[in-house]
Amino acid sequence: MSIMPPSRRIWWNEPIHKIEITWVIIALVWCLVLFLWMPYWHVYGKQNLSNESYKTTAELFEAKTEAMVEKYTVRTETDGEIPVVAPPAGSDVYLLGRLWDWYPILELEQGKSYRLHMSSLDYQHGFSLQPVNINLQILPQYETVITLTPSRAGEYGIVCNEYCGVGHHQMLGKIIVK
Amino acid sequence: MAVNMFRRCPDSGLYFHKSAESLMKAHAVLGVVFLLIGGLFGLLVALTRAPGIHLLDAETFYMALTTHGTAILIFWIIAFEMAVLYFASSTLLRCRPAAPAIGWLGFVLMLLGSVITTIAFFRGNSSVMFTSYVPMPAEPIFYLGLILFAVGALIGCFIFLATLVVAKSENTYDGSIPLVTFGALTATIIAVFTIASGAVILIPTLLWSMGFISNIDPAMYRVVWWALGHSSQQINVAAHVSIWYAIAAIVFGAKPMSEKVSRGAFLLYILFLQLASAHHILTDPGISSTWKVFNTSYAMYLAVLASMIHGLTVPGCIEVAQRKKGYTNGLFEWLRKAPWDNPVFSGMFMSLIIFGFIGGITGVVMGTEQINLIIHNTIFVPAHFHATVAVGTTLAFMSITFFLIPVVFRRKLIWPTLCKWQPYLFAGGMTIMILLLLGAGTLGVPRRHWDVNFTDAALQFEFAGTAISMLGMAVVGSIIGSIGGALFCLIAVGSLIFGEKLDKGATFLSSFGFPMAASSYDIAQPDKLELAPIEDTGHGGEATEAKGTFVLALVFLATFVIYFFINAKYLSSLWPMS
Repeated sequence: MSIMPPSRRIWWNEPIHKIEITWVIIALVWCLVLFLWMPYWHVYGKQNLSNESYKTTAELFEAKTEAMVEKYTVRTETDGEIPVVAPPAGSDVYLLGRLWDWYPILELEQGKSYRLHMSSLDYQHGFSLQPVNINLQILPQYETVITLTPSRAGEYGIVCNEYCGVGHHQMLGKIIVK
Repeated sequence: MAVNMFRRCPDSGLYFHKSAESLMKAHAVLGVVFLLIGGLFGLLVALTRAPGIHLLDAETFYMALTTHGTAILIFWIIAFEMAVLYFASSTLLRCRPAAPAIGWLGFVLMLLGSVITTIAFFRGNSSVMFTSYVPMPAEPIFYLGLILFAVGALIGCFIFLATLVVAKSENTYDGSIPLVTFGALTATIIAVFTIASGAVILIPTLLWSMGFISNIDPAMYRVVWWALGHSSQQINVAAHVSIWYAIAAIVFGAKPMSEKVSRGAFLLYILFLQLASAHHILTDPGISSTWKVFNTSYAMYLAVLASMIHGLTVPGCIEVAQRKKGYTNGLFEWLRKAPWDNPVFSGMFMSLIIFGFIGGITGVVMGTEQINLIIHNTIFVPAHFHATVAVGTTLAFMSITFFLIPVVFRRKLIWPTLCKWQPYLFAGGMTIMILLLLGAGTLGVPRRHWDVNFTDAALQFEFAGTAISMLGMAVVGSIIGSIGGALFCLIAVGSLIFGEKLDKGATFLSSFGFPMAASSYDIAQPDKLELAPIEDTGHGGEATEAKGTFVLALVFLATFVIYFFINAKYLSSLWPMS
């Protein structure tokens, strides 16, 4: 009875069921496979997070973003005149999250790599690129950098998937891949 | 000491100490009140999230979601766990509780804390979600209530530990503590770690919200907060696994297949389970992959190993017990002929299956460092933890409550037919909801989101039609599950008031009140708790081996492996990134 003291005082010497020990070994092997899969994917997989990130401030990050917007804006979209920025392949691209949009709209080339820098000006946000389905936590005071290679042309939405206040559900951004 | 403080429950043979019993009742009732509140808000959340219904406005929705999460994940579960701790120490060890007066202080703090935080929710300025990520501020009383509640719970933990010392020094039991008490001890050790982490992060955050501290680093907050947020769910795991073992013992007289393996698995929980807070920060900046890989895998998945062991040994010990009773035909007669109309058993068994098959597998898969990229903060995440916490923990707690109402409160359960159906409604509804939300989450639908159609947004984006319709259909499961949950609260409260009294002559108040009639307590000190009787546990004996359970375990493993590699394949289809 599991609600009574073990029937033998020296319970740790009791033999183990064959079924139990077999299962423990099988489970342990599977656990090791799961564990080793992660370093394996770091070496052979193509979808990994970088370890690159920096401390930053809202002012600094906003200034960097604005500098890029000024240099590479090709047109604007919507009544709000949101700039569409087409930075050269391989360059540093900035995307900022704030209450409640992702700024600016980015226009990237298919098959080219970009160093994407992201940060938040206020609360925490969630970068959720859809329908590709890449999801990253974006923090204020921190600059996340990933190298991203869009592999298919199209228009993609950037949803915010970290709750950021009462306008959270209006927060969208866009990446256009040509 | 001439005062008689113990009574023997004639139905279960358990001994209850008057002070411990009153504390148990108080904590359990506090828990159920918050289950009711939290459940109600959960239903409102579900009715809003379904695109076709969209019941609440955005502001109320986020308030309801904050209330739902905190009321259930913290107040209901931890309050009920305190009741479990008094049961696992004082009742199972036949021992007086240490310092019951301080125990009441703990209870009052928990009551006060939960009420204060609930007031903060309803004032509407603390809709920061359960996680309260900085720098989004809540009112100071939001944090204050949580801190008071945590201090109360910490007191409960130390009383549990002190009661173990009392039992040992007063020699109330023979040999080692029972496995269930050992599991409760595991939960307590994890709880102390959890609450300490909570203090480390919530006290500075309280001071920050009051203006005494200028900045809380958001990355640091997440690392330390999750040592509270995830670890508190690990208390649940240790607690509900203990309850599975307890119910196996109560319903079937089952004894552990081997004490060593089951206790070893609990030990692995103590050593490794806490690392899992890393699951939440896998896509965060500022933290290295090495740290992420080590921690998210609980150091090579040793805590997953522990859960996989319990997943075998709990049904395994039931199978062995059933086979000894003669249910030896085929692989599964023991399971087919189990008492499926007894909610204590049916609830417990569904809790085990759904916790393992859905909660466990999805949890490990999304906790894989890179696979987390396709799942982080999607609605897949709440779907996962509804499988672990709503069905795993809550259903296990509901099941044991069906046992405890007659035993502790001495009342018969009302509505026996509905009692029979309750676990199926709750588990069935929740499972429908969970599976559909897992589907929607896999297609990228975000969690904590009022309008996935983005009606008022400056830009436009449309999710796949299937994703939106799965989100819509999930509400059917939510409603069925809510009916099951409401039924539980009605049966629990209704039985206390209208249930037939099992002790004739007890007055209205004394039969369920605090405390029961003094005359019920007629024993000064129960006989010393003996070792469990020695019996054949099925070693080697063909007839009593847990073969059926082993087959179930292999099915589980196959599901796990397939699901893992499907997700790995999905990951490999993403845009390359490094």
